[in-house]
Amino acid sequence: MLRITNIKKIYLNFICFTLLFSILITMSNTAIDQNIQVGTDTIKRALPAMLKGGVIMDVVNAEQAKIAEDAGACAVMALERVPSDIRADGGVARMSDPELIIGIIEAVSIPVMAKARIGHFVEAQILESLGVDCIDESEVLTPADDENHIDKTLFTIPFVCGARNLGEALRRISEGAAMIRTKGEAGTGDVIEAVRHARAILGEIRKLTSLSKDERFSFAKNIGAPLSLVNEIADSGKLPVVNFAAGGLATPADAALLMQLGVDGVFVGSGIFKSNNPAKRAAAIVKATTYYNNPDILAEVSRGLGIAMFGRSAASLAESELLANRGI
Amino acid sequence: MSTIGVLALQGDFREHIQKITDLGHTAIEIRRTSEIDSIDGLIIPGGESTTVARLEKVTSELKTTTSDSLPLFDAVKLAIRNGMPVWGTCMGSIILAKDIEGSTQGRIGLMDISVRRNAFGPQRVSSQIDLNIEALGIQSYPCIFIRAPLFIQAGKDVEVICEYKGGFVMAAEKKMLATAFHPELTNDLRVHKYFLEMI
Repeated sequence: MLRITNIKKIYLNFICFTLLFSILITMSNTAIDQNIQVGTDTIKRALPAMLKGGVIMDVVNAEQAKIAEDAGACAVMALERVPSDIRADGGVARMSDPELIIGIIEAVSIPVMAKARIGHFVEAQILESLGVDCIDESEVLTPADDENHIDKTLFTIPFVCGARNLGEALRRISEGAAMIRTKGEAGTGDVIEAVRHARAILGEIRKLTSLSKDERFSFAKNIGAPLSLVNEIADSGKLPVVNFAAGGLATPADAALLMQLGVDGVFVGSGIFKSNNPAKRAAAIVKATTYYNNPDILAEVSRGLGIAMFGRSAASLAESELLANRGI
Repeated sequence: MSTIGVLALQGDFREHIQKITDLGHTAIEIRRTSEIDSIDGLIIPGGESTTVARLEKVTSELKTTTSDSLPLFDAVKLAIRNGMPVWGTCMGSIILAKDIEGSTQGRIGLMDISVRRNAFGPQRVSSQIDLNIEALGIQSYPCIFIRAPLFIQAGKDVEVICEYKGGFVMAAEKKMLATAFHPELTNDLRVHKYFLEMI
């Protein structure tokens, strides 16, 4: 009798152990499968976070991308024509030819971004399929939709969007943008609009943090932004995504100016490849972005760069030529 | 209380500074060779390695102002040889590695590991995964991989701390620590504590 009970016990123990073991195995396997996350806000916002303190340069082909990488760009932006050419030539500006984008991806090891037209979610789908690391839903291209932006939450890769002020920045973030940049007048070589937008965004954040809780409701209404994001920024004192300067930057001093105003990094478009020594100017702007607070280093890197892009003052643009008014 | 330097040439150095400060230590930004004299340990953050490799000589090549006597990487190498602990996350691990597959770019190159840059693919496959890392305790650790490298070979003095996808993603050698993922982007402070214990 005793013997049988013992055998039963051993048998039961064995069953229990096997069951437990198989449950554990299953649990650990499924744990690995279920815990892989891609395309979350955290992961999308992390890529731009790695670009902070860096310079993202506009390029139209693999050769320019290589020059940008060699000069120390932290990423390149692929587009069909640089903004100053889009202004000069006119016509409809669209996403680059995928052939050129693939050539750029193969030429460099740094992240590759590419521009899609505002609201053109199919261009964005194509760019994601090509393997670009980030999409710029950009006013520099001719908009495809004057009412709606792309629903950026549907994509695995991050988007950067332009903004002139805090309300516009928060509308883009609520659509899923993982990075914000100012909407300075691209292709002018005139930095005034980028400065205006950077001061507006950072100034409105400072103002928001000083408001009492009951004042946030009308603040959110007045800037046309979701209350949840307004509350989040009032509490943290900063945007939940990286904020770069873009549009009209042409010199190392321009880059350092925006960095001192408080942006996280800079985009330089026509300013590099429309100058007469792109490699040297690009390297100088990279150095100025890192050492933005050191006038001695800024003085040295600014010397002998050759002629900057000729440019055109933003104030001389007709209302119809302003790109910043697209997609607000 | 220790003073930790965070290399601030480019990348997500502010996130590391925040974590070190949260743990009650002092963190300072390092952009010049002279600034590493006062630190007890150095963190090299995430960012772009080609960018940082091009910036490390800027202050030693200055002509018109007081230039640093050594390029930043050379000074860091000396300090590491003299026992200063250093931790590289993602880009930082590439800068520390002796061998970067298919690349001749500038590096500190003192850690006997071989790294494959951007080993998993473009940003759309960047991921977060909970991995069991025994050295950090029984609770799994949320590892965020952003266009991450993979460590593919380790020298004999390298302790592999976490294996993943046919290679490894966390390793130590003497006072050098390398992670292919980004602990500075999580709220889990265990890897930062692990590094601070090496001080």
